[in-house]
Amino acid sequence: MARQKVPPTQALTLTIDDQTVTAKPGQTVMDVASEHGIDIPHLCYLDGLSIWGACRLCVVEVEGQRRLFSACSTEVAEGMVVSTDSPRLRHYRKVIVEMLFAERNHICAVCVSNGHCELQAMAQRLGVDHIHIPYLNPQLSVDSSHDRFRLDHHRCIVCTRCVRVCAEVEGASTKGMAGRGIMARIINDLNEPWGDSQTCTSCGKCVHVCPTGALVEKGTAAAEMQKRRQFLPYLTVMRDNNHD
Amino acid sequence: MTDASPTPTDAGPKKVTVATVWLDGCSGCHMSFLDIDERLIDLAQHIELVYSPIVDVKHPPAGTNLGLIEGAISNEEDAHKARMMREACGFLISLGDCAVTGNVPSMRNVFELGTVIDRAFRETADLQPQTPTVGVPPLLPKVMPVHEVVPVDLHLPGCPPPADAIYEVLSELIAGRTPDPLRLSRFGR
Repeated sequence: MARQKVPPTQALTLTIDDQTVTAKPGQTVMDVASEHGIDIPHLCYLDGLSIWGACRLCVVEVEGQRRLFSACSTEVAEGMVVSTDSPRLRHYRKVIVEMLFAERNHICAVCVSNGHCELQAMAQRLGVDHIHIPYLNPQLSVDSSHDRFRLDHHRCIVCTRCVRVCAEVEGASTKGMAGRGIMARIINDLNEPWGDSQTCTSCGKCVHVCPTGALVEKGTAAAEMQKRRQFLPYLTVMRDNNHD
Repeated sequence: MTDASPTPTDAGPKKVTVATVWLDGCSGCHMSFLDIDERLIDLAQHIELVYSPIVDVKHPPAGTNLGLIEGAISNEEDAHKARMMREACGFLISLGDCAVTGNVPSMRNVFELGTVIDRAFRETADLQPQTPTVGVPPLLPKVMPVHEVVPVDLHLPGCPPPADAIYEVLSELIAGRTPDPLRLSRFGR
């Protein structure tokens, strides 16, 4: 009797922070690190959404390479030696967080997300105790036209989680981007007031994936806005299972 | 906190001299300082308050060991007092979010100064609208954190920083150690 052909199990071996780990081809450094209890700092990455690679907080060093790699968008390779923490990486990460604070108007004490904000927590985690860069103090708008939600550009870090969840999970594609660099803004439809949007289903997913107080539920006072994003990995897994 | 009584490196009668100043803030950081409650009695064994809103002295004496600045730099007097503190104090601390980031006072920075003054003193006045110029220091075009005006040695964020954080920072400094301000506080705490 002929033996049945079994596809060979593919496993890669690599090193992350002196720890030897195995991974499947196609996994990212972020995936594998997190499976092994290594929490690489990140803001634009969110499990359940597509990879964006914009915030650069998750940069890691790869042995033999001069440039840095974003862990969320770099696939593992056989024999790779990755370092997720070093004085150089800590310096870059602090500068990134400081630039985010300097670019908009983040006044934690009066923010609805005070105490529940990923930017604020990241500053504390990375040791950002003040901002070396002069604040830009841009005059931005607040869109309160929606019945239930508010978009406050002063508190936005342009991570695009809202854009991705709206397109990929809700399928509405209401949220989008306009402008480039420090002029980049989240927009609704063709840059219309959120309340006038014909495509928004008012599902609130954008609000709950937003890491800061940029997208919030109306009627919340300082420190009252707690995001609930447990739905996201759940929805993603259930949909994947239904397709298989 | 247990067993956190300060142990001065110099156990003699010489106390660490401390100056505090209240610039553009709400005095909440000074309140939080007082909120360290009965530990103040411990602390008083080791520090001498030489200049403060609660001490009737006009200038911090030269050679003061520790200086704490509450509040942002919003007008010319704030900037003057920050420089005065920097000159007098060996080690300068930005105490609280206004001193560290500009915080609430800096929310006017998105507007032109003239617009802010008109809004506060002219548009809202029923009779004889006028801009105060006598006996008040001129406002600066932008509110700044302290470190944009003078070098700062340690930043203790928080709105206000919790009493425990202030107590720990002072105790550690008096003991000759380097405190970690973010262990007990953060922006907006």
